[in-house]
Amino acid sequence: MPHLPFIIAAFSVTGVGMLWLTVSSYLAMRRSEALADDLRQQP
Amino acid sequence: MHRFANPARFLRLARPLTPALFWLGLLLALGACLWGLFAVPTERLMGDTVKIIFVHVPSAWLGMGGWMGIAIASLVQLVWRHPLAGIAARAIAVPGATFAAICLMTGSIWGRPTWGTWWVWDGRLTSMLVLFFLYLGYIALANASSEKGDTSRVAAVFGIIGAVNIPIINRSVIWWESQHQKASITLGGSSIDGAYLAPLFVAVAGFSLLFGALVLMRMRAALAEMRIDARMRRMADD
Repeated sequence: MPHLPFIIAAFSVTGVGMLWLTVSSYLAMRRSEALADDLRQQP
Repeated sequence: MHRFANPARFLRLARPLTPALFWLGLLLALGACLWGLFAVPTERLMGDTVKIIFVHVPSAWLGMGGWMGIAIASLVQLVWRHPLAGIAARAIAVPGATFAAICLMTGSIWGRPTWGTWWVWDGRLTSMLVLFFLYLGYIALANASSEKGDTSRVAAVFGIIGAVNIPIINRSVIWWESQHQKASITLGGSSIDGAYLAPLFVAVAGFSLLFGALVLMRMRAALAEMRIDARMRRMADD
């Protein structure tokens, strides 16, 4: 049984999971902090 | 600990720490993966599939470590009423669940060429699957309680009780017959050859720093949402 497809699959699963986690966490942080700053500057 | 109970003080620390942890973690994790993929020798019994260890073990460690983080933060929230502890516990939940899911998937992918099967219902795999479901339950409870606006005491109690599963995962390969190998790294030493152990430690360090950065991002998002809610309430009152 060739091992390479299993190695590629395992690293791909990790890469996709990390990418999703990073993008979703970063966007949530940026959106919330930007909105909070906008609201603070309103009179 | 109470020095950081003030969200403003916490944010002054978290803002520079988030990118520092993220970039250092990314550098170490990517470096360890490349090291593991291209520079470690083929293992005698498992062949090249041994390279999966560099993503499987860090994700297992962080899946379990994440729940211990939730349990400790929940305890601090309930006992000392630390205002950031509940936020920290919630911020850990999604990264922890994701790492638990990555651990299950990479383990299954590793199992097919080495054990001849994608899945067996033995103690280690089943208790890890239970951990993933505990994460889903915690996330649902925390979201439901935050919608009601309370302090998520139920989620905190759930987080503490769920920690019972962590020693079960750890001891499962000793208590029950398992396809999964026994612990290779213990307090007494390691049975893994140094050629694999060094990149594995770098991978664990790198993914742990990334985990920390992701938790800080989610805590900052939660604190900003609290500021937004407070501001909206004041605007509605005026």
